[in-house]
Amino acid sequence: MTEGLFAFGVFFAAIFTNNILLTNYLGMCSFLAVSKEIKTSVGLGMAVIFVMTCTSVINWLIYYYVLVPYDIVYLRFIAFIIVIAAFVQLVEMVIERLSDALYAALGIFLPLITVNCAILGASLFMVIREYTFLSGLAFGAGSGIGWAIAIIAMAGIRAKLNIRSKVPFGLTGAGITLVIAGIMALAFMGFAGMITIT
Amino acid sequence: MKSYKFRQVIKENVGINNPVFVQILGICSTLAVTNVLKNTVVMCAGLVFVTGLSNLTVSILRKYIPGRIRMMVETLIIAAYVIIVDVVLKAFIPDISRQLGPYVGLIITNCIIMGRAEAFALSNPPTLSLVDGLSSGLGYSYVLLIIAFLRELLGSGAIWGFRVLGDWWTNWNIMIMAPGAFFMLALFIWVVKGNFMKEKQTASASPQAVSAGSPPQPASAGGKS
Repeated sequence: MTEGLFAFGVFFAAIFTNNILLTNYLGMCSFLAVSKEIKTSVGLGMAVIFVMTCTSVINWLIYYYVLVPYDIVYLRFIAFIIVIAAFVQLVEMVIERLSDALYAALGIFLPLITVNCAILGASLFMVIREYTFLSGLAFGAGSGIGWAIAIIAMAGIRAKLNIRSKVPFGLTGAGITLVIAGIMALAFMGFAGMITIT
Repeated sequence: MKSYKFRQVIKENVGINNPVFVQILGICSTLAVTNVLKNTVVMCAGLVFVTGLSNLTVSILRKYIPGRIRMMVETLIIAAYVIIVDVVLKAFIPDISRQLGPYVGLIITNCIIMGRAEAFALSNPPTLSLVDGLSSGLGYSYVLLIIAFLRELLGSGAIWGFRVLGDWWTNWNIMIMAPGAFFMLALFIWVVKGNFMKEKQTASASPQAVSAGSPPQPASAGGKS
């Protein structure tokens, strides 16, 4: 299989068969907290796609050109989290200057992203699975898109749920969201076998 | 007076303000590592270690940390302890370390730890913060252990890797896969909330929505900007 084709496979696998939220449970905190309205979910989803793609690329470069040559791989957690925090802060400052509309749409979500475990998780999975640069990029973008699809779908379901469903008291809030997430995970299992990546 | 405060802190973290099923924090690892009991025990031990010591460190340094960059400092302190855990696991139990994969590193972004550092350690003395960190780690751990016990029992008919249910038992494969984790945690929250929080139904309805809706991220949002 050629390099490009493999990266393409990784991209789709990250969205469907290995969805970072529904099979690896990453980013659950913001998923449970923010999935109440479709509009905010779309905003957060877009911010995650952007940050995850860029940080995977930066972290890939740092991992293979700084950490591995100097044999300080054990420092990867600190390196990755600093990259993510710094990148998020930088992006926030840049879009604040450049575009008011974009800042209004994404600005408030950016600080939330530093503590989103999906971002760090994507980088860690990327180095554990030893992706090449191109597949790493595809994996970062695919995971971000997969996460966004999951949270937007969940927000749609919860919006309907609020209108006409009677949820037992014990299940209100987090409980019912987890049940729905479970059903969504079952649905996504239907994609399994389409593409397999290691 | 002081011992009362210790007891109160422990009671809050283990019971009425439990990080997992009341505040809904740290869900990622709750779901991810609970398919096998052995991994869960290791993960919990790591988490208790990190919460306790990072809380202690943040509390000792709280007067010297500049307010504007405190999130970054807290993250670095936590990351340092997580590296210790990771290196120790790799050296002594490499098998489990490999199975846990990225989830050890993800202790860094576990909201419980950041939440305790932000909400408690920054404004309380070191010993109390240590107790607070350890007890919220314990509050997290016992929920995980219960869920892991049930998932491993139903999913593979085994406990701690030993098969306890006989050949008549058909494994519920779904339990060790992703959907089972979601359903199990939802059931757990349902049972706890339905049975033990009923008396506060009207009162807790709105705080519940608030606490589910705003884990410490909003606080961090304020800290970062």
